[in-house]
Amino acid sequence: MAVLARLDTSSPAAGRGWSDLTIRNVFIIPTIAFLIIFNIFPLLYSLGYSFTEYRVSLGKPPQFIGLANYRDLLSDPGIWSSFTTTAAYVIVSVGGQMIVGFGLALLLNRQFRLKGLVTTLLLLPMMLSPAVVGLFWKLLYDPSWGPVNYALGIGKFEWLSHPVNALFAVALTDIWMWAPFVMLLSLAGLSAVPKHLYEAAAIDRASGLYTFTRITLPLVAPILLIALIFRTMEAFKSFDLPFVMSTASVQTVSIRLYQMAFQGWDTGRASALAYIVLIAVIAITNVYVKYLNKVKER
Amino acid sequence: MAGVTSRAQRIWNPIAIIAVVAATLIFLSPIYWIASTSIKPRTAATSVPPTVFFTPEITPYVKLFTKRVQAKQPPTQEEYDAAPWWEKLVYDGGERVLKVGDEPQLSQYPNRFFNSLIVATLSTILAVGMGTITAYGFSRFKVKGESDLLFFILSTRMLPPVVIAIPMYLMYRTFELNDTHLGLILLYVAFNLSFSVWLMKGFIDEIPKEYEEAALIDGYTRLQAFWKIVLPQAATGIAATAVFCFITAWNEYALALILTNRRAQTAPPFIPSQIGSGLPEWTVIAAGTVLFLLPVALFTFVLRNHLLRGVTFGAIRK
Repeated sequence: MAVLARLDTSSPAAGRGWSDLTIRNVFIIPTIAFLIIFNIFPLLYSLGYSFTEYRVSLGKPPQFIGLANYRDLLSDPGIWSSFTTTAAYVIVSVGGQMIVGFGLALLLNRQFRLKGLVTTLLLLPMMLSPAVVGLFWKLLYDPSWGPVNYALGIGKFEWLSHPVNALFAVALTDIWMWAPFVMLLSLAGLSAVPKHLYEAAAIDRASGLYTFTRITLPLVAPILLIALIFRTMEAFKSFDLPFVMSTASVQTVSIRLYQMAFQGWDTGRASALAYIVLIAVIAITNVYVKYLNKVKER
Repeated sequence: MAGVTSRAQRIWNPIAIIAVVAATLIFLSPIYWIASTSIKPRTAATSVPPTVFFTPEITPYVKLFTKRVQAKQPPTQEEYDAAPWWEKLVYDGGERVLKVGDEPQLSQYPNRFFNSLIVATLSTILAVGMGTITAYGFSRFKVKGESDLLFFILSTRMLPPVVIAIPMYLMYRTFELNDTHLGLILLYVAFNLSFSVWLMKGFIDEIPKEYEEAALIDGYTRLQAFWKIVLPQAATGIAATAVFCFITAWNEYALALILTNRRAQTAPPFIPSQIGSGLPEWTVIAAGTVLFLLPVALFTFVLRNHLLRGVTFGAIRK
């Protein structure tokens, strides 16, 4: 009871109905238990499998082989190439999102009549289903009759069947979807910059560039960083868009993992790869939450 | 900025507004294209050069909902005259609607759409319900290791779906939950729960504690105070959280692809799978896409003032 001192002793409800302690436990414990059953337990389960040779498709029981899966994976050039593909994809797509998103926010950061409508319309792409977005961008990119090639006047350019083009094409779609996310966060950051700083700069006849680099950027930086880390994490996990648009050409780590587990049915090995991915994701999550709390405290 | 408006601003403002309107039009053009494709005549969808002006038709939507086959021979004049308007449209395309007795057969689309609706709705109710009470628990009571627990809860959201899918597939095989609505619903609850706890905690933190305390003095039990004072105050927050959870579940692809295939398959894995077989009918696929995206587009307008909060897990409020 001591931990509940804040509300319990002074609470007039003490002694009537459920105690605060009961309520707290009944409200919190089921959620924690549910998340443990559906997240931690499966992860422990697959940790076990990652040390075994096991194929779900065959009837044979798993065979313990120690760290062999991990050793094989880390020395497999195919795995490394999917990591480099993923890294390239993250850089192109997140880089593009930051530039386009922040640019849009700078343009939008002023009063005009249709501002509310324009902002909402711009945010639409990020709410849509990536799998379905991927599908209709496939239509737009079609080499022989797609409107993209026609609008750009570049004949029968192959967007999705060539590895390098496909990386950029899928990243462009990702930029289309998620630049609005960066824009939304940037707008919040920009509107929080105190107006008097700009007034002071105007009185001092500071140049536009000076005002931007010395006032705007430093004050918006923390929130831009949040956007950057969050998008990096999401892009690193990318599955839906590249899978629907160009499985063969843009083989991200998640796609590799899917193929290994559900097409090759190499369950033990896939569990090991899942753990390698997991460690990377946990590392990025830690950084993300640290900065999220920092911005929250401001 | 009222007092001091620099000359640069006066020049830049109109230019920036024109640029932003142009950017908005470019951003919306892919959505316009898919929407217009859904009402194009079949040949206009894949014509070179792309068709911009055309007579819109409803045929793709009729085809979307009906099971059809190529007609070996055209219908007799009698059959054609007796057919309802929608069946005539299918006849016009050189196909006929499959029937059992007199009942026209539905395509798979309405079934997949309905699965999406069930799974998204039920998982949202559970995730928001549990999330709200847990958020209240964290907001109003002292919890040992609160920040660690909250971090744990958030971190579950960050797990890559494919990573979780491998053990889940094995476990669901044991419990016979693969390709069931229940199996997918439980996973979506797990996925959305962390989000709903974080977002609801932000909303409940904003409700002054004094309201409840006054109610407690008036003789309410804490549960009554929660039910009659806190929940009504949190209604907007609950609605916003629910819409976010619904959209996430509605859009989810990877888990649905892996854990369902027939009975419980939702629309996101189904819609792209249509282009695998034969010559894709893009107008029909576009029609399916439009119907699927429509609810989300409407919800985005409803949510517009809460989007920032939603995407930052409640960390940034304004």
